[in-house]
Amino acid sequence: MPSKSSLKAEQTTNSREQSGAEALNDALALCLERDPSTLLIGEGVPDPMGIFGTTTGLRDRFGAERVLDMPLSENGLTGICIGAAISGLRPIMVHQRIDFALLAMDQLVNNAAKWRYMFAGQASVPLVVRCIVGRGWGQGPQHAQSLQSLFAHIPGLKVVMPVFPDDAKGMLCAAVADDDPVIFIEHRWIHPVRGEVPDGYFETPLGKARVRREGRHITIAAFSFMTIEALHAARALANLGIEAEVIDMRSVSPLDVPTVLRSVAKTGHLLVADTGHQSFGVAGELISRVVRQGFDHLTAAPVSVTLPDLPCPTSHVWAAHYYPTAVDIAEQALRQCGISIGEAEHRELEKLLPTTPPDIPNPDYRGPF
Amino acid sequence: MPETTSNTNEHALLRRMLRIRRIEEALAKRYAEQEMRCPMHLCIGQEATAVGVTAALKKDDHVFSGHRAHGHYLAKGGDLTRMIAELYGRVTGCCEGRGGSMHLIDQAAGFMGSTPIVGGTVPVAVGAAWASTLRNEGRVIALFFGDGCFEEGVLHESMNFAALHQLPILFVCENNDYAVYTALGDRQPQRPIHGIAAAHGLQTSNLDGNDVRAVQTAAAEATQRARSGEGPQFLELHTWRWREHCGPDIDDQLGYRSPEAQAAWLARCPIQREQEHLRGQKLLTETELHNMERNIQQEIDIAFDTAISAPLPPVENMHRHLHAQ
Ligand SMILES: Cc1ncc(C[n+]2csc(CCOP(=O)(O)OP(=O)(O)O)c2C)c(N)n1
Ligand SMILES: [Mg+2]
Repeated sequence: MPSKSSLKAEQTTNSREQSGAEALNDALALCLERDPSTLLIGEGVPDPMGIFGTTTGLRDRFGAERVLDMPLSENGLTGICIGAAISGLRPIMVHQRIDFALLAMDQLVNNAAKWRYMFAGQASVPLVVRCIVGRGWGQGPQHAQSLQSLFAHIPGLKVVMPVFPDDAKGMLCAAVADDDPVIFIEHRWIHPVRGEVPDGYFETPLGKARVRREGRHITIAAFSFMTIEALHAARALANLGIEAEVIDMRSVSPLDVPTVLRSVAKTGHLLVADTGHQSFGVAGELISRVVRQGFDHLTAAPVSVTLPDLPCPTSHVWAAHYYPTAVDIAEQALRQCGISIGEAEHRELEKLLPTTPPDIPNPDYRGPF
Repeated sequence: MPETTSNTNEHALLRRMLRIRRIEEALAKRYAEQEMRCPMHLCIGQEATAVGVTAALKKDDHVFSGHRAHGHYLAKGGDLTRMIAELYGRVTGCCEGRGGSMHLIDQAAGFMGSTPIVGGTVPVAVGAAWASTLRNEGRVIALFFGDGCFEEGVLHESMNFAALHQLPILFVCENNDYAVYTALGDRQPQRPIHGIAAAHGLQTSNLDGNDVRAVQTAAAEATQRARSGEGPQFLELHTWRWREHCGPDIDDQLGYRSPEAQAAWLARCPIQREQEHLRGQKLLTETELHNMERNIQQEIDIAFDTAISAPLPPVENMHRHLHAQ
């Protein structure tokens, strides 16, 4: 195994096009290679499906002791991983649905988040919990929740939500290197998203947003998969003369308010798009901070585009109404900018309507997940 | 030949299993149309557990289950058309389209709910048994779950409370040796599952879950004991899932289960075995079997037609049922 320092020095000038799933797989391999104290554990990690391809091949490379399946015991195993983490190991846990992490709330909230603080910094919990948000093909009330605000409410937990493959890789490496617990939330629909990814090991700082498109009329701050929808919306808005600045927030906690404030100082308008519910959510939190810290920049009351305050209903008829899309973002952005929806606007919005059924990620998709 | 002839008591177990098998085969076939847009876990090969246990229950007894629930729902008398409609996301579905295959309910039939978080319904079923005791209802609860669920802490908390209060409940563990692609031996140490239940203070039976008569007998005895105040009962039923974990197909080409084990279990088809038993007793003729198949097929065809021709839920229904009134 190459020494830590030689890997740290490794240059990452080359890049390749990858899917999010491939980038995550590479990140896990690099972390396991770099630091022998890293473990990868979760229901299905070494199985033929390899957590949507993100863990495929890793057991063969790194051995059954470090890459392993686990009993269906989410709370117990989380505590066991916390114990391993305070004892010199760096476990990465995976849940195929974030809904399963709910069973582990006691260990995450009472132990992982507080261990360092309550013991006055004498121990740390370098634990990463990958949680996948299900969407589509009738995942329904218990397999499609987007629970970032629940975790972000807890002091001591970092919560990140990368969207593009380069961020997925760099942020996963950073999460594993972090000495505190990180809830690493992957929307299921980011796994097929493709993009350029630098080769080799690199860390993308947690807690930093990234401006994905510059604009001067409105700031669209988006979380997770809503960034993709926001970028679609921005293209339509551009055709109508509205230049939207799209910020991929990437991280929920810490929340990069300064980047949003800088943008709002320029645009005067703010729309926040999140994959979670409306009430007591991440969108509301970001808006509240921007209003408190940047009230003078705002020329209109900020708006949010989120899920409704309802459990996810299964029937595919509701998918289009439950999940907000680029159309909702564009419509709200126009309103925000004081533009009424006339014929030209209608035409642009119509072009944004999804061409695939809203309960599947791409036209080639065949159910079930 | 009239329906009654092929539905005599001797034929009842066979007919119920065959019905579940044919319904699920029809679901599997039509799933490819991509109109049932929800995850679906078939119990093909495991019909004897559902049929044997529910045959020992009274109509007023209650059943809870998890993600692989079609057989339990149907065996308890859950409405077929409403189940199919639910899979098609129709407003006439048993959850009005909110649930899909993984969320079934037919309270009139005593099927009180199935949900897909592993272990989720376990304490709920114990709570129902507690209510039966406190309200003096004489009702027995049957709870179905898998070998994977046995690893969830909540199951052990629930068994402990049920034993402490001597509650009238059957814990029915369908041990099919796998949780998704992971073998039992990679998840639990070498020791019998029912042994742990016994250590919790439950009365246990451990048997071939593909022998419907044996299951019915064991379940009848356990139900009798539970009803007469002897406390919680535990059945470990060994069985085998024939199809993939989730979805309509066969997935043995992935190589996670040995072909020998698969072949051995296919040879122990619960339906085939019951047919042989009845033939051996001269209780089943080819004509009776043929009529049984035809009757079942007719029921299935009508149920699919009725289910599919029902409307999709109106958009505004999405907002209903979050709170009372
Ligand atoms: C708490 C929780 N963890 C994980 C899952 C994902 N999951 C669904 S079914 C299943 C396997 C269950 O195995 P078992 O209990 O043996 O039932 P079987 O599928 O074999 O009938 C898993 C891991 C889940 N739904 N809920
Ligand atoms: Mg199983």
